[in-house]
Amino acid sequence: MPKPFTPKVVTANDLLIGDVIYQTISGWSRNLNDAEVLTDEAHADLRKIEASQQTNHVVGVYFMDIDASSSDSLQTKHFREAFRAKGPSNYAHGKQTAQTEVS
Amino acid sequence: MYQYSEFDTDFIASRNAQFRAQVERRIDGSLTEDEFKPLRLMNGLYLQLHAYMLRVAIPYGTLNSAQMHVLADISKKFDKGYGHFTTRQNIQYNWPELRDVPDMLDALGAVGMHAIQTSGNTIRNVTADHFAGAAADEIADPRPVAELIRQWSTDHPEFQFMPRKFKIAITGSPNDRAVTRAHDIGLRMVEKDGLAGFEVLVGGGLGRTPMIGKVITDFLPQEDLLPYLEAIVSVWNQIGRRDNKYKARIKITVHEHGIDEIRRLVDDRFAILKSTFTGIDQQLLAHFVDQFAAPEFVTKSEATFKDAYHRDPIFRSWADTNITPHKADGYAIVSISLKKHGATPGDASAIQMRLMAELAKRFGHDELRISHEQNVILPHVHKSDLPSIYAALKAQDLATANIGLISDIIACPGMDYCALATARSIPIAQEIATRFDELKLEHEIGNLKIKISGCINACGHHHVGHIGILGLDRAGVENYQITLGGDHTETAAVGERAGPGFSADEIIPAVERIVTTYLDLRNEGEEFLATYRRLGLAPFKAALYPEAQANAA
Repeated sequence: MPKPFTPKVVTANDLLIGDVIYQTISGWSRNLNDAEVLTDEAHADLRKIEASQQTNHVVGVYFMDIDASSSDSLQTKHFREAFRAKGPSNYAHGKQTAQTEVS
Repeated sequence: MYQYSEFDTDFIASRNAQFRAQVERRIDGSLTEDEFKPLRLMNGLYLQLHAYMLRVAIPYGTLNSAQMHVLADISKKFDKGYGHFTTRQNIQYNWPELRDVPDMLDALGAVGMHAIQTSGNTIRNVTADHFAGAAADEIADPRPVAELIRQWSTDHPEFQFMPRKFKIAITGSPNDRAVTRAHDIGLRMVEKDGLAGFEVLVGGGLGRTPMIGKVITDFLPQEDLLPYLEAIVSVWNQIGRRDNKYKARIKITVHEHGIDEIRRLVDDRFAILKSTFTGIDQQLLAHFVDQFAAPEFVTKSEATFKDAYHRDPIFRSWADTNITPHKADGYAIVSISLKKHGATPGDASAIQMRLMAELAKRFGHDELRISHEQNVILPHVHKSDLPSIYAALKAQDLATANIGLISDIIACPGMDYCALATARSIPIAQEIATRFDELKLEHEIGNLKIKISGCINACGHHHVGHIGILGLDRAGVENYQITLGGDHTETAAVGERAGPGFSADEIIPAVERIVTTYLDLRNEGEEFLATYRRLGLAPFKAALYPEAQANAA
């Protein structure tokens, strides 16, 4: 039996800045909590294809697993995604300094 | 130092103009990422975890004050005010934006620097002994040869699409500070019957399959160097495996075919290539030797040094730890530690870079070096100037007296920056350094090299650390494996895996147990590596895994 589909978010890097971005219902955001949580596999595949077509805006599109059980915020499942969502641990750089929107 | 010729300057400018146009075409959509990626990698531009990263070559680790100033300027203008010096004597900028990269490259080009072949399956930045031209133990300065190799390998048409990357290191000293035995080709300058030449090692490397380089020839006459190097790379380019990137490096080719067969193939190829080198390379080399001529050393009083040394115990500690004997009387080699306890190994702020540039200009014949151990060197300093240099360094947090000690840790960027990493390296380095500073034990412990990599690719040289730490992902948790007894010098050895890995919380106490065991068991004056070689893994393993010992009892 195939594994049940678990909640996912489409993520990539911004072409110009390089920062980690997440697909939202209407575009992209640097903030994980803005992301569109994908729970239906067919819809998720479609959204990933749509993201991958935006080659002039994003680089390296892929699915990341997400824990959407808390109503307050989305939680990453793997530590690598936690670091991508937060920024480096040695300086308060990247997302820790600026939360400007990527449209 | 080598000064760019008009040809060099024009070449860099035209290459930068090409890349500027490629960036524009990527941004306007004319190039896809698949098309752009090999082009950006050829120019040192990576896309990492949070941002782009530009890796700039510092050929054989040598630069002047004007170049260091530009590195600082770039970090302020286009990055976050700092740079990261790497184990291959490069500098990395962690936060450039794509649109700015062509301007960064132009700024570098203006002072004779570039990022060409700092990535991709090409011959990478040639690395050398960071004490080259200054060390008391040196036979000859390796940098003229390194510059010859740089010019030969840069944009070499045959070697742009190789099975994998290719790294060459050279030392002119019998004491190997350039890790030549862990490079695809290692060159050791030697003399035989009064003739200058090289011992050539091939097939060394770290990464997934660590190997110590094997001697392919114990004496290669100096004039045969380029055709011989070309023969080696050419043979590997033909028979190196392209089916599996993990088996593509020349160390695997040498391992699979055997050094004798590789030597035979290289000799055959060399016989053909030798006549195509008409001697221009040797004329160039003679020109480079002139350009790397040692500065005019002077004889003057060392009284200020001796006075400060006797009067100030903190200066004395720094001088005892961070100074290396120079070949000229009255001179010293200063190693500036970029490993302040708790700081990120190899990082320097723009302010620190500018200070080091100024000190080099004022006191150090305008020369700086970057070591593979991620520190900065002032190679030619008169001892009378050491108190002034020390005072200036201290004001900018650059006077940590820990060169060669347990807190002088090599660490790759790890998962704080690197897209390939499987775990973080930097916080582990920071915590080890902080812990041993608290214990006030590091001078008592003495020479001990800890090297940390955040993945199997081993940019942090963990295999050749006295204590090596490898960060892995074990079932979704960061996990750190320890190897012991590695050695990067002329007595190179790959460390032995101690046993199961440790969590991020457990790794610092584990290192502490290793060190305590060493302090308990060492003989008078015996360094860590010597104790390890005398006793083997067993006592350290017992200290690392007390539960396993208890269960076995």
